[in-house]
Amino acid sequence: MEIQRKDHHSWRKLKSTLISGLTFCSAVLVIAPLGLVFFHVLMSGIGAVNLEFFTNLPKPVGVPGGGMANAIVGTLELLALASVIGIPVGVLGGIFLAEYGTARVNAVLRFIADVLNGVPSIIWGVVVYGLIVLRFKSFSGYAGGLALGLIMIPLILRTTEEVILLVPAGYREAALALGIARWKTIIQIVVKTASRGIITGILLALARVGGETAPLLFTAFGNHFWNRDLNEPIAALPLQIFTYAISPYDDWHRQAWAGALVLVTGVFCVNVLVRIVTRVRTASA
Amino acid sequence: MSRPEVVEPRDPGAAVLLDTEGEALPLAMEAKNVSMWYGSKRAIDNVSLDMPAKAVTAIIGPSGCGKSTFIRALNRMHELVPHARIEGSVFLHGQNLYASSMDPAVVRRRVGMVFQKSNPFPTMSIGENAIVGLRLNGVSDRRFLNERLEQSLRMAALWDEVKDDLHKSGTSLSGGQQQRLCIARALAVEPEVLLMDEPCSALDPIATAKIEELIQGLKTQYTIVIVTHNMQQAGRVSDFTAFFYMGRLIEVGSTTKIFTNPNEKQTEDYITGRFG
Repeated sequence: MEIQRKDHHSWRKLKSTLISGLTFCSAVLVIAPLGLVFFHVLMSGIGAVNLEFFTNLPKPVGVPGGGMANAIVGTLELLALASVIGIPVGVLGGIFLAEYGTARVNAVLRFIADVLNGVPSIIWGVVVYGLIVLRFKSFSGYAGGLALGLIMIPLILRTTEEVILLVPAGYREAALALGIARWKTIIQIVVKTASRGIITGILLALARVGGETAPLLFTAFGNHFWNRDLNEPIAALPLQIFTYAISPYDDWHRQAWAGALVLVTGVFCVNVLVRIVTRVRTASA
Repeated sequence: MSRPEVVEPRDPGAAVLLDTEGEALPLAMEAKNVSMWYGSKRAIDNVSLDMPAKAVTAIIGPSGCGKSTFIRALNRMHELVPHARIEGSVFLHGQNLYASSMDPAVVRRRVGMVFQKSNPFPTMSIGENAIVGLRLNGVSDRRFLNERLEQSLRMAALWDEVKDDLHKSGTSLSGGQQQRLCIARALAVEPEVLLMDEPCSALDPIATAKIEELIQGLKTQYTIVIVTHNMQQAGRVSDFTAFFYMGRLIEVGSTTKIFTNPNEKQTEDYITGRFG
């Protein structure tokens, strides 16, 4: 009897160790790629990141120096264009889903948004190519911004809806019971209460599309010069990295690594910003 | 505490509350043959209730008897619930709140409400919370707003506690203070009637006593209808008590009468704690 119980005990202990070991390994596997990516990009790119990289235009092969200033500015311009499309439509759509509409219509909209979130980003590029680039017979900044904006819409829509639904019903009731009109209640009370969550969703969507390459291949196309006209092809950091990385030249490879480092750092900074925004929220709540 | 002596109505369905001289009391609100449904489920069954002006009417009854549903019909808050339906009419100083020309937002400005759970807006300071009803209804005169701010916080017996912290977040207050802030917020828009839906059920006895004292003071200016599951509270604060059971109004009368000598057996059983 005594022995039996002891066996049972040690078997349980073994199982427990086994499971916690497995979960630990999985946790390491989750963290490891981030560490690898950062380490590798940092080691390969840091050498080429200097002031020149941020201020100069790309130089022809063989000419030393040169940077990606135009691509960095181009990415910022594309993100601004994408925001003009993605933020209002996404936020207003999210408000509609959370506050208006009927259960059936909203279920359909929600399903469509989820399907759109799963559409591979290159498809967006092809669609905008067909709709805009072919029609106007030119790659353009507008086309690139539109492609990124379209990707942002369902992302922002769903997060906006979710954070608005988290606002306790008591606040809506209290506002309406004061005789405040419904639209004012929604904008001034509900959306305001959810604003930090909405901003978080917007930042994450920007970080996501900021690194997109595929939708820009057929739309923004890329450019080695300063872009003065959004009707013309425009440079973007991910595109430049792509072009340089598949080239056969060593100094272009170094520039590609530097670009990758800048891009990863940018995305990392946005994520840190999101952390700060959400932390302020929980501290005040 | 002086209460008007009331001659008992014979038929609670058509109750007219009378004072000792046999004069009908001036009424602030009258519900006439109100029935309510959630989907196909009947929640209120043909209730007619008079609510005298500048007095406290308490609605008591066991959980699920429809008291919260009924009080929401008095400022059309039930309309926020999908598939809620109402028949009958509710009069505020003789005006039908369910007339087609009535805007529910206007109804709610005239019939204010305080909820079970205190809910000051977390994005606003104490001061902003108190006058939000005026500001979002288009009042922008700074001097008037400041006057109303102090006045409503004083009426809610909160001014002395918060006057130096008006810029602080409304959620930084204690539970009882938050509830008094919500009362101030409701009073700031100068409603004619104040509805209170179990306003003390989430509060400790000391905070509860403060709110009850406040209600006593407010009834000199306001008509108050309070839903409570706490019978002692109904006994302490109200002039009239209506007993609801399973969606029906069983009995209404002066609080003294209902608590000492009710007409109906069901009322007596509930008051004496035999059920509910």
